[in-house]
Amino acid sequence: MKKDLYNYILGIADNSLILAQRLGELCGHGPSLETDIAITNISLDLLGQTRSYYQYAAKLAGEDKTEDDIAFLRIERDYKNVLLVEQPNTHFGHVMARQFLFDVYHLMLMEQLQNSKDETLVAIAKKGIKEVSYHKRFSSDWVKRLGDGTEESKEKMQEAINAMWRFTDELFDVMEADKAMIEEGIAVDVSKMKETYYEKVSEILEEATLEVPERKYFTRGGKKGVHTEHMGYLLADLQYMQRTYPNMTW
Amino acid sequence: MGDTKKNWPLWEIFVRSKNGLEHRHFGSLHAADAEMALENARDVYTRRNEGVSIWVVESKNVTASNPQDNGEMFEPAQDKVYRHPTFYDLPDDVKHM
Amino acid sequence: MSEQEVKNLEEIFEARIARDEKIEPKDWMPEKYRKTHIRQISQHAHSEIIGMLPEGNWITRAPSLRRKAALLAKVQDEAGHGLYLYSACETLGISREEMYEQLHSGKAKYSSIFNYPTVTWADMGAIGWLVDGAAIINQVPLCNTSFGPYARAMVRVCKEESFHQRQGYEIMLTLCNGTDEQKEMAQDALNRWWWPSLMMLGPTDAESVHTEQSMKWKLKRKSNDELRQQFIDQTVPQADILGLTIPDPDMKFNEETGHYDFGEIDWDEFWQVVKGHGPCNKERMKARVDAWENGEWVRDAAMAHAEKKANKKVAKAS
Repeated sequence: MKKDLYNYILGIADNSLILAQRLGELCGHGPSLETDIAITNISLDLLGQTRSYYQYAAKLAGEDKTEDDIAFLRIERDYKNVLLVEQPNTHFGHVMARQFLFDVYHLMLMEQLQNSKDETLVAIAKKGIKEVSYHKRFSSDWVKRLGDGTEESKEKMQEAINAMWRFTDELFDVMEADKAMIEEGIAVDVSKMKETYYEKVSEILEEATLEVPERKYFTRGGKKGVHTEHMGYLLADLQYMQRTYPNMTW
Repeated sequence: MGDTKKNWPLWEIFVRSKNGLEHRHFGSLHAADAEMALENARDVYTRRNEGVSIWVVESKNVTASNPQDNGEMFEPAQDKVYRHPTFYDLPDDVKHM
Repeated sequence: MSEQEVKNLEEIFEARIARDEKIEPKDWMPEKYRKTHIRQISQHAHSEIIGMLPEGNWITRAPSLRRKAALLAKVQDEAGHGLYLYSACETLGISREEMYEQLHSGKAKYSSIFNYPTVTWADMGAIGWLVDGAAIINQVPLCNTSFGPYARAMVRVCKEESFHQRQGYEIMLTLCNGTDEQKEMAQDALNRWWWPSLMMLGPTDAESVHTEQSMKWKLKRKSNDELRQQFIDQTVPQADILGLTIPDPDMKFNEETGHYDFGEIDWDEFWQVVKGHGPCNKERMKARVDAWENGEWVRDAAMAHAEKKANKKVAKAS
């Protein structure tokens, strides 16, 4: 039970960590100062959530484990984030497409997680829900701006949505460990969110005058720890200090 | 594009720090439209919990008095001392007034 | 306006500043005042924005989640400070785009310390401790400068910046209380950042061109050399607490003056970096130009979208 809960928490938390890491790369390189500041805020929100989850997970694990052990000292196969969040910041359209497709899911998840039987998760969700609502507002607005902006931006935004689309189905996969947690009333059965998710996403994409891609070919693997080739480099950065200088306090 | 290029206009940001206080001018920023101005203001000016309400006004819509007119605009109010309570002499015995 | 009239206005203007009155954007001001302020405020804004880059270099590699969050928040603050300062400068009749143009073309300067590379994590500590320390010494007096929008921006900047230096010093402290390897990393960072930090307070008084006028307009309250001495006097004891050695064999407390004496600063290096030949000048500029150019289609799209929305509103109303 404890092992399942631990894995379940990491499954959620890793998404926040990896997306925060990706957004952190952008700090200082955004299209305008104002946008730069906004994106950093999202990254900081996600990082805050990550810490709450990992602190809880570390407590469950015992043996003096810390949030940083969990964040920095796993091998790639043990990170359980979805493929979507690890995708690179190819251009601003990709950043917003990735964010938007994740935010819609993330908000639904937080809303459901509020009803969990696990008090700590409920507390994290209640705080997170406000942050994530804003993320979704921010990314939806940008999808609409870029979709229904100029010819060039429409093309770029469509290309970005198409590129990210194949990673969306994985969001709704239920892993073995999750099943027990769902039965306990602790975990959210994400498979049930799928149809509503695509409805919500389609609604915004249509408003953005973008085409909703077909739900036909999907790529998955992150939840099982099988990542895209981008992940290794992301982790190389993330873990650099902890790996180069093991067992030190920073 | 070239000459016709339009940059994000400037907006003036007013923030109410807490209910009961007025909105105060906090500064300005750039945004393409009012919604973006609100969002940017939230991220730029209330990161440290500084506000509960935001107004945004596009800077070009603010009409300001001209400092060159300060004489006629503001000086005539200087000698209207009868508008202030200290203008009226009352004996010290009179309380609550 | 006749020459005499301008001269009269200038006298009235200078008298106002001498009385500690603030100048606001719509007030009459001598052209030189406007130009000097545009130059200094935009330079200050550029420094904040370029200053994001050396520290931003370590966001993805911060060694703990706590440090990562603090560093992100700090670099974000620098974006905010750049924004406040650009806005203050815009009240003088120059647009942010024009200021960027000056930066990108190399016409505008920025603090040359940001042209040094950040090669270890300890550099995050050293920058916070030394560079922000020197910046605070420069900035606090500006909260009282004569130009209202600049003074107000600086009040906000100084308030927000108070955590930056502490954050840096805490990183140094943790390293110095850590393993030998960590302490070495801290000492190495101090060795590399010490002299550039001293240079950051500007050329010696003998070489400084703008000082007298700037003093009158309260753009400056103390001379570069005075500020530098103040920085040294307050920083040396902080290094002692860390157990680090200032990389200056001539550094010695002078009982008579009550100040630290210090060695010769390599001004050749300073001017070389100022003139664009520092270790990272080209990289810093390229990062800014890339961000601006790659963002163009995004900014254009937002404007186009805003116009479409506004037109729809009008169509609906009529």
